[in-house]
Amino acid sequence: MLAVIRCALLTILAAVMAMAIALAATHASASAQQAQQTEDASAAPPAGGEARPYVPPPDLTRADYPRIGGLNGRVVVWLAAQMHLWFAAFILAVPIFVLIIEAVGMATRERRYDDLAYEFIKISIAAYSLTAILGGFLLFCLLIFYPHLTSYLAAIFKDAMFFYALLFFLESATLYVYYYGWHWLQGGVRKWVHLTVGLVLNAVGTTLMFLANAWLTFMMSPAGLDQSGVFQGDVWAAIHNHLWNPINLHRFIANIAFGGSIVGAYAAFRFLSATRAEERAHYDWMGYTANFIAISALLPLPFAGYWLAAEIYAYSQQMGITLMGGIFGWLFIIQAVLIGTLFLAANYYLWCAMGRSDGAERYNRYVKYLAAVLVGAFLVWFTPHTMVLTNEELKMLGGPYHKVLGPLGIMPAKNVAVNVMILFTVLSFLIYRRANKIAQVSWKKAGNAAQAALFSAGLSNILFLGIYHGYFTNTVYKVASSVPQVVTTLVVIAASLVIDALMYKGARQVAPLRWGRVPERAQYALFLLPVAFTWLMGLMGYIRSGIRQHWHVTGIVRDNSADAFTPTLGEAANVVSVGAILFMGMVIFVFWLGHVGTARTALADSTVGSAA
Amino acid sequence: MSHVLKVAAFSLGTVGLFAAYSNYGIPQITPAEPPRQESIEASGMTTAEYAALGGRIFSGKGSCTLCHNAVGGRAPPLDRAAGVAAERLADPRYAGQAADEAEYLYESLVEPSAYVVAGFGKTGTGDTVSPMPSMKAGATALADVEIRAVIAFLQTLSGVEVTVEPPAGPDGDGEAETAEDTRSPLGSPEEVIEEFACGTCHMVAGEEGDVGPDLTGIGAIRDREYLRRAILSPDADIAPGFEQGLMPPDYGQQLYAAELEMLVGYLADLE
Repeated sequence: MLAVIRCALLTILAAVMAMAIALAATHASASAQQAQQTEDASAAPPAGGEARPYVPPPDLTRADYPRIGGLNGRVVVWLAAQMHLWFAAFILAVPIFVLIIEAVGMATRERRYDDLAYEFIKISIAAYSLTAILGGFLLFCLLIFYPHLTSYLAAIFKDAMFFYALLFFLESATLYVYYYGWHWLQGGVRKWVHLTVGLVLNAVGTTLMFLANAWLTFMMSPAGLDQSGVFQGDVWAAIHNHLWNPINLHRFIANIAFGGSIVGAYAAFRFLSATRAEERAHYDWMGYTANFIAISALLPLPFAGYWLAAEIYAYSQQMGITLMGGIFGWLFIIQAVLIGTLFLAANYYLWCAMGRSDGAERYNRYVKYLAAVLVGAFLVWFTPHTMVLTNEELKMLGGPYHKVLGPLGIMPAKNVAVNVMILFTVLSFLIYRRANKIAQVSWKKAGNAAQAALFSAGLSNILFLGIYHGYFTNTVYKVASSVPQVVTTLVVIAASLVIDALMYKGARQVAPLRWGRVPERAQYALFLLPVAFTWLMGLMGYIRSGIRQHWHVTGIVRDNSADAFTPTLGEAANVVSVGAILFMGMVIFVFWLGHVGTARTALADSTVGSAA
Repeated sequence: MSHVLKVAAFSLGTVGLFAAYSNYGIPQITPAEPPRQESIEASGMTTAEYAALGGRIFSGKGSCTLCHNAVGGRAPPLDRAAGVAAERLADPRYAGQAADEAEYLYESLVEPSAYVVAGFGKTGTGDTVSPMPSMKAGATALADVEIRAVIAFLQTLSGVEVTVEPPAGPDGDGEAETAEDTRSPLGSPEEVIEEFACGTCHMVAGEEGDVGPDLTGIGAIRDREYLRRAILSPDADIAPGFEQGLMPPDYGQQLYAAELEMLVGYLADLE
């Protein structure tokens, strides 16, 4: 009964969302026609010419931005968009790794994977309705605070919006079948059908995200327009704008890392609240798996980010320099602190988690060296280049750059630091992985030597490329050298994992792995991850949007509102913090709903069991 | 329940730390206001004033210094842009239509790919496509009157005769450098030295900076040409015992032409 009510509620929400999008598109179409009629009436019709189907971009004045209830439209839309994005990222990411875990369970025939996948999707299902509500709220805010801009965008993307609404229905339908049909579609062909539904769910969800990405990237790097900004009718050109694919990739990976970290926090909370040993063991394993997913996605994320930044430069050097060299340059120091926090928290969790294994004592002595390198790389990453100084300080320092630390402020040093952090995180994982095992293969010495050689050669190459090309050649080589650095890191990761997998195949366990034997402080590392991820996503959302500066659509639709200025980083951080706290509050509410639902189901089961 | 409170406190504390670091751990720079859209009133300007307007557009609205600076190496320096025009026009790689220096500069601003300086083209294009956007389109979208002002500035910077004239009447709309964005020209070299805080790094006009060379007797050992170059391209010649990159490279864009000459004259007289 409860499931039917939930289904009905979600259907209504999906319908409201789809209707709102359709209404927006209709409104845009009507506005465009009206504007066209006005333009036609005021201008002589071209002799024998056809009327243009699209109107020019709006030339806005301050009066075109309604002030409603004393609210600041920019901050309201900012928070609504960010909240929607956080929830959307979560609900789009979870089905991706749920499908993978379910497939692993099917391949290994281990029931625990199937149960884990079901528990993951159960957590996300309550967030789905919140995502739809927030999406509708965002659209509502855009229509009332930025009506002309919304009309302009909707006139261009109205066809895509129609498909978006249809896909939204399809997403809802497949999600219901996938979730509510989980136990019904078990075994044999039915399981294959279930997996296929999961695959369709992910394909539709990812397409939805790509469509939404097209709208925001169009605002950054508009395409499909003529010199005066008039849309030429090719909606694919507008969608497939310069920054669309880099954003698609970056968000796809980041969503998985984010979703994994949220689920990890759920598991950590349940671990802390658990009273029985089996419960602690279960949620310990769940937390470990979620952390593994989050970190696996976090490792390639800097590379996707680098590609995005390079494409921003390629699209517009001005935009690129605003991004990395202007006021936003300092934002990357905050970003370094946050990403450093993520890496340190993830490694700390792995080191604590070695306590599950009796064989880990062999490796404990290495942890301090790993920690030292990670902290060192973290410090390099957040060393600024140019110091903001008073005249007295400038004199004392002898210039705007510190003589010793100044060189650590430029990108080559940061590139070395990030690659080193990634490699040492992989090293932490390898140590964790082998802590409870003893390899049985005859070539284990050679395997260990090969891994040591791989890491040594890789690190040497990364340092050489960073130092030589970063400081002793010109800018072109300085930038280009980051690519072989990335390739080196990826090769070392792939090759060392392959060697490790082969070497520890059929390995002997020192003792059974004791799930649940992990200190409570490790669970706080699992909380630190989603908090840092949430805040980081908010911050990077601000910069992505902020680099358009006083343009709604870069170079096409100018922002002439009272809020066209770029806020200071402190002000932006405060808005992001408020949003993050609201989001976390709502997530806790969602978790609580899930917990209450589980408790009621368990109670009902036990009552039925007693009656039987 | 205690876990809920602990977790909530931990999460709030973490967010608080991030916010505190962003507010107090890094400098709070207030970004410039967006440029205002107003009519440009350049009529009646003298050629020097028109070139000075071009200088402000060059380092302001035009954002030219983002790439054309001595530090980044992203775009060629423009301190001799007008001087080398004839050489560029005769280059077989030149693909434009310009007939003289001013037309070449105009073309470089609105069709940057007409001639791409070797080493500054888009990757993979063999220096045939410039990464620079047209200054008449996109986010910059300079009006013609602004582009001509920039040309006048570039000609001044190169030390050649300014051949573009200020417009006779109001000319188009643009996000002009308005009264709010401009400052009045300074009247004496001492005012220039004070305004641009030269004494922070140099020993000059009663100030005792020691980051850069002592200028108290600089006129005795350096001529006017050297001094002008040292202000416009500080890294062109480095005095023994001092490092490259310490002096800002954009004084050429910040100083009015008259101020620059006044300052050069003042320094040349310090014997």
